[in-house]
Amino acid sequence: MTHTQERGVTELPNDRRPVVEMRDVSIAFGNVQALDRVSMRLLPGEIHALMGENGAGKSTLIKALTGVYSIDTGRIVVGGEEHEFATPAAAQAAGISTVYQEVNLVPNLTVAENMLLGREPRRFGGINMGAMNRRARATLERLGLDINPGSLLGHHPIAVQQLVAIARAVDVDARVVILDEPTSSLDAEEVQKLFDVMRRLREHGVAVLFVSHFLDQVYEIADRMTILRNGRLVEERMVAETSQLELVRLMIGRELEVLDRLDRDHGRAAPNSATPVLTAVGLGRKGSLEATDLTLFEGEVVGIAGLLGSGRTELARLLFGADTADHGGLEVRSTRRRLRSPRHAIDRKIAFSSEDRKAEGVIGDLTVADNMLLALQASRGWLRPIPSATRAKLVREYIQALDIRPTDPNALMRNLSGGNQQKVLLARWLITEPDVLILDEPTRGIDIGAKAQIQTMVADLAAKGMSVLFISAELEEVLRLSHRVVVMRDRRKIRELANEDVSVGDLLEIIAGETRQTELEGPA
Amino acid sequence: MTDTLDRAPAPEEQAPRPGPVSRLLGHQLLWPVVAIVVMLVIDVIAVPSFLDLRVQDGHLYGNPVDIVRNSAPVMLVALGMTLVIATRGIDLSVGAVAAIAAAVACTRIVESADEGAASAAILACTTALAACVLLGVWNGFLVSVVGIQPIIATLVLMVAGRGLAMLVTDGQITTPSNDAFSGLATGFVLGLPIAFLIALGMVVLTAVLTRRTALGMLIEAVGINPDASRLAGVRARTITWTVYVFAAVCAGMAGLIIAANTNSVNANSLGLWIELDAILAVVIGGTALTGGRFSLAGTVVGALLISTLVRTIPSIGIPSEANYLFKAFVVILVCLLQSPRARAALRVRGRRAASSKAVAA
Repeated sequence: MTHTQERGVTELPNDRRPVVEMRDVSIAFGNVQALDRVSMRLLPGEIHALMGENGAGKSTLIKALTGVYSIDTGRIVVGGEEHEFATPAAAQAAGISTVYQEVNLVPNLTVAENMLLGREPRRFGGINMGAMNRRARATLERLGLDINPGSLLGHHPIAVQQLVAIARAVDVDARVVILDEPTSSLDAEEVQKLFDVMRRLREHGVAVLFVSHFLDQVYEIADRMTILRNGRLVEERMVAETSQLELVRLMIGRELEVLDRLDRDHGRAAPNSATPVLTAVGLGRKGSLEATDLTLFEGEVVGIAGLLGSGRTELARLLFGADTADHGGLEVRSTRRRLRSPRHAIDRKIAFSSEDRKAEGVIGDLTVADNMLLALQASRGWLRPIPSATRAKLVREYIQALDIRPTDPNALMRNLSGGNQQKVLLARWLITEPDVLILDEPTRGIDIGAKAQIQTMVADLAAKGMSVLFISAELEEVLRLSHRVVVMRDRRKIRELANEDVSVGDLLEIIAGETRQTELEGPA
Repeated sequence: MTDTLDRAPAPEEQAPRPGPVSRLLGHQLLWPVVAIVVMLVIDVIAVPSFLDLRVQDGHLYGNPVDIVRNSAPVMLVALGMTLVIATRGIDLSVGAVAAIAAAVACTRIVESADEGAASAAILACTTALAACVLLGVWNGFLVSVVGIQPIIATLVLMVAGRGLAMLVTDGQITTPSNDAFSGLATGFVLGLPIAFLIALGMVVLTAVLTRRTALGMLIEAVGINPDASRLAGVRARTITWTVYVFAAVCAGMAGLIIAANTNSVNANSLGLWIELDAILAVVIGGTALTGGRFSLAGTVVGALLISTLVRTIPSIGIPSEANYLFKAFVVILVCLLQSPRARAALRVRGRRAASSKAVAA
């Protein structure tokens, strides 16, 4: 019965005892066994990575630890005492702070108010604003973050909001800080900033639990890791003693081959067609994008590389009519068009999947089927509902083709994992049979399996003649898929190059600076 | 296994297909319906003849008939409100719009050449509803084009609308005498009150328009996530605009029925606070004020509940001064019973009681 106990456990240094110990924890939701006798230990002064695909049980385990879910069987020992937290507040009071994947703060409060929400310094029965701002500023400075505590949170980009969420967790003197996908919306520099913070926490003896899909980041920062698969513990490992390949194999196994095959087969052969589908001529918008030229050809994947704020998302939104351009214009199949709204773009067979899945994609309280059919239904108009037979057929087809789970078309969208939601949103657009598919960060925050499926799908769609604009912060991914790469920086396009013998290093150098870019061009 | 059932439902939980009994117990409308039944039972205890129906001149009379008849105005207003609330909005101006509709209709009838003619009533009502369309266009414009928050945007007309209605009636209480018009409230077709049939007809029409087409789903999408809906190509602005027009027309119809009931219109008091009753009916019916999924059947039940309550208060001898207090009490009770958290707490207690009994046995 205790087979999970002794297998795959690393040795502990003699002088340290775990601050958190979860033993044989099980949770079932109805008939679904979400966690099956999973154990995990967190040590003070260590960064511990929790690894696994989406659906492996990472989030459930975290929620069990923080009192969001109650456990069916098993034990949770925190600081030597057995605990079962009834509420997240109780867990926080015991020194366990959590920063979730999606920023869960109040946009119309200030940064300081968000950081100290629920534990504001008080004076005369009211909130002591001065003390609150001072305390927030001190915490932010300690983390090396230059954010005005009095500014409204909603006015900051997502990346900064994420850092504020982390600062909030740091502000309570936590013994355990849980970071659930904290880096998914940060650029390289901000990730380093975060890692500095994490290292500082480690030096102070805090146990940091780090969940990330970026393996490189795990290898850079984490000491020890727990690997889950399908709700079960696979192994606990020292990061330094485990190769990336081994780790991926422990996490998934089969999907790795898919990626390998994609690398081999796709080969980034030039598309056969020279028919321009969508052309931007001097397209721009004051304050968000300088005049940009770009042509997408049939059957071509164009990748956009650039940091957050480089104008990559702004370009995508202008191409789709989500924002209106104030100079330049667009040609769809060589005919000049003005896109005043997404609706116009959809009518011209352009589709756009936003980087902000939660705010701009998911309709949480509608079913998977409704979410999938929304764009098609919207373009048909409300008077022409999709016949139920067609509905059922389309939904079944795409749930199967994209391997969406659960397979129930009537499941509520908000109950799906991030990766599955992303697939439903892709299905929403594929159902409209677009000529141009603009994907902004389609693989952010989703597991390797779903990532591989989405990448394969993009390659297949392009092979069938669709033109894809692929935006991603992961340069490897951009290079793997694109025929052509556009590099953006400071709200403009700085380079466009065919993807032949381009390495991640080359792209990084172009992104890093133009002066170095000219050096690069010299010898080449 | 049992403790998995005891736990409060987790968000990701895949609900196992429940049996018919637990489906009924978990139904959103269970408690409002129970409340109606309980009130009727109390009524019968207090007044044994409460539920008696008489047939007089081929029409049905009695308290049950009055309850459904009197529910018509609130039901109509709540119907429009349901769609507005589904888009994350709210319409506070419906009471004033009802007053304007009544004022326009009554003044037109009084001013027409043949005050008693049915054609005068039809023309007057049509004019009044046309005016409501304009008022709805105004509300919708402020909300969807100008982008003012709905509660503020409709507050404008809530206040100004009473003034408009006063202007129409010159500040007088206008009393038309037109049989066709008063028939709206007091007439019967097939033994049923016309007012109720109108309300029911609108409910059916709306149900067909929203559920047989894609309109309902698009309204819900806009209410749940306006940004995502716009990016998916939904004409969010048009939809929002349309529901405010619809709400105004519904309010106008309610206003006509109220005026017909007393054959008079007092611009100051007609439909006063009806917006609050309507919002209440919507909420009792299970449509959340945060927008999104809406239930028309729920709204119907909500309106019937309010109407039953109004009828119950005098019949069980509650002094009229305590009217509002009693109403508040019932409403809070129903809302509490409906809240998932309160129900979960009840279930747990029930289960504990049952299991301790089992142990004792």
